[in-house]
Amino acid sequence: MKADAIVSLDHGSGGLASQKLISNLFLKYLTSPQLRDLEDCAMLGEFAGRIALSTDSYVVDPLFFPGGDIGELAVHGTINDLAMRGARPIALSLALIIEEGFSLQDLERIIASVGRCSESAGVAVVTGDTKVVPRGKADGIFLNTTGIGIASHRYDISGKNALPGDAVILSGTLADHGITIMSRQAGIDITGDIHSDTQPLHRLVACLLEEDAGAVHVLRDPTRGGLATTLCEIAHASEVSIIIDEERLPIRPAVNTACEMIGLDPLYLANEGKCIIICEQECADALVQLLRRLPEGRDAALIGRVEENNSGRVSLTTRIGGSRLLEPLTGQPLPRIC
Amino acid sequence: MKVADVFRSREITAPLVEEIRATLTRPVRIMEVCGTHTMAIFRHGIRSLLPEGITLLSGPGCPVCVTPAGHIDAFIAAARLPQVTIATFGDLIRVPGSTGSLAAARAAGARVEIVYSPMDTLLLAQKEPKRTVLFPAIGFETTAPTIAATILQAERMGLTNFLIIAACKTMPGALEALLADPQLQVDGLLCPGHVSAIIGADAYRPLTDTYGLACTVAGFEPADILAGLLSLVKQCTAQTPEVANCYTRAVTATGNSKARALLDAVFVPADSEWRGLGTIPASGLVLREKYQQFDGLRQLGIAVQPTEEPKGCRCGAILKGCLLPPDCPLYGTACTPLQPVGPCMVSNEGTCAAYYRYSGTAEDRRSATTTAATVPKPLESTITNP
Repeated sequence: MKADAIVSLDHGSGGLASQKLISNLFLKYLTSPQLRDLEDCAMLGEFAGRIALSTDSYVVDPLFFPGGDIGELAVHGTINDLAMRGARPIALSLALIIEEGFSLQDLERIIASVGRCSESAGVAVVTGDTKVVPRGKADGIFLNTTGIGIASHRYDISGKNALPGDAVILSGTLADHGITIMSRQAGIDITGDIHSDTQPLHRLVACLLEEDAGAVHVLRDPTRGGLATTLCEIAHASEVSIIIDEERLPIRPAVNTACEMIGLDPLYLANEGKCIIICEQECADALVQLLRRLPEGRDAALIGRVEENNSGRVSLTTRIGGSRLLEPLTGQPLPRIC
Repeated sequence: MKVADVFRSREITAPLVEEIRATLTRPVRIMEVCGTHTMAIFRHGIRSLLPEGITLLSGPGCPVCVTPAGHIDAFIAAARLPQVTIATFGDLIRVPGSTGSLAAARAAGARVEIVYSPMDTLLLAQKEPKRTVLFPAIGFETTAPTIAATILQAERMGLTNFLIIAACKTMPGALEALLADPQLQVDGLLCPGHVSAIIGADAYRPLTDTYGLACTVAGFEPADILAGLLSLVKQCTAQTPEVANCYTRAVTATGNSKARALLDAVFVPADSEWRGLGTIPASGLVLREKYQQFDGLRQLGIAVQPTEEPKGCRCGAILKGCLLPPDCPLYGTACTPLQPVGPCMVSNEGTCAAYYRYSGTAEDRRSATTTAATVPKPLESTITNP
């Protein structure tokens, strides 16, 4: 690869090469006025409400995968973390750690993704940082985004708020992101409808809260550890038990087949554009209908209910009518031998 | 509806459950030999549907679990050598030997890659000709033919940087050794579907003839397993033990002769140590002299050392079906899936891991062994899910 086609240590030095990278590449795709000012920090103005703050780092391998890339994940992941407390995301930071020798073309592709996603989500990248480390000291590129959001004083959405009798809704199909990444990592080329579900959920959340903010008690996005682990966290934090119904879980047939082939349980695989909504039972059907009218929630389904039992346990009623307990994920999901 | 859906539909499974309940007139103890059966039974909540009189014991059919610590230590010793890459099935990497695991060796700098097929290791070996790629060859008759085919392919490709450590095991001889143990009280065997596809259902005839044991080969979907259990309950109740095949869509009486010919071309039977069970004559597979250039132990100068089981670990008794996981003093306390002491806790298909993952708290885990749990009522909603 030619020297001008790769990231060098000079690009992270803060000198001329850094400035060139910022003006020719970053500012080409990230167009907020705050960023363009190149000040030490961004000023965001005044907002009424509680300030929500969330940060996440992205180290996904491969960087580009069906349905998305690391840049999309970095924007959507942090937006979604803010949205899960009912906060309206207003700004993002973007920090990059790049390994010397990383392709500038790939960097441009990633930053273009960040730009496109933040623009379409209406949440600008207002400040950023780039560091370059010597070859071998990082794996290609790592991203970090931090997001600020504003949440209304009127409602309190938290993993601690599930109440006995509540309904459990899932906003769409399970395991799409996890199986996409794991099948790529395994070098298994699965044909069919398998792609990451990375998408921002703040608009879906805004619609839910606009419809009936008081009825929504918990919002959580089941990312790493999957649906099972996230439900266990909620059941534990809320001191309730949760029962879900296997028959009602929306899973694409291709995803199901791939999971069975590799030997992975879709309940434990990551999602990057789905949320669990725990709400008052009486409002559940209306909220599911509302979700299904939204592009982010068209496969939404009522999947279970919260029970009055402070054990913090989550159980699954299987398709054949049996019952099994769901434990949090331990270690990493491992493929089985045969 | 897909074929697999039929085998998971309540319309098919509910009558089977009913018939099992109606047929069972005395307590029966059934051993599911295969780890995949153990997993499927937990995953579909089958125990919670069975009458109290059926006790399901998990047998020695998880390949990771029966691989002795000495072999794991040999894999780790190979991983620590410079220029050696270990390419392994995923479940093996957290299995503790006597001095750590492949995962720990990887964290300390060893190259350990997860592969989904032994054939993938050949691609790795081709990609990095300066490194030696070693595949820890564990598995039963199901996996061993693929490993044999990989050896033959490596020979055809003229690869000189590909090795295996042969630790495959074979099933019927091991079962026979297990059944000869007077401690073991079992009325019937739910025989492994995958292994039987290779060895054929007739391979279990000596068990029926010698030990009067009911044997039924079954597949892995809920309806397969329930049909298998029903067949066993019928045999036990009528006291007419035989070899029955409830998995005819995959298993024949004589099995897959091509796969067995592959095994025979590359491997030769040898005495083999099973974790927790001891050495069983002619129950392992080692490379034929002709393929010694692929023998990792010989080429790298590694010796498999005899090792002691970890203190307090009862995996041996669990693999024999003499003890249920919750009765092991380490279970759920010193030994958990995150920090496994014994091999049965590591693999997805290990009996202890399956109990831990699917049966909840210690109290539930104990009761999950035989009693039927309360099945929650279905959700009430007018919405039809997609």
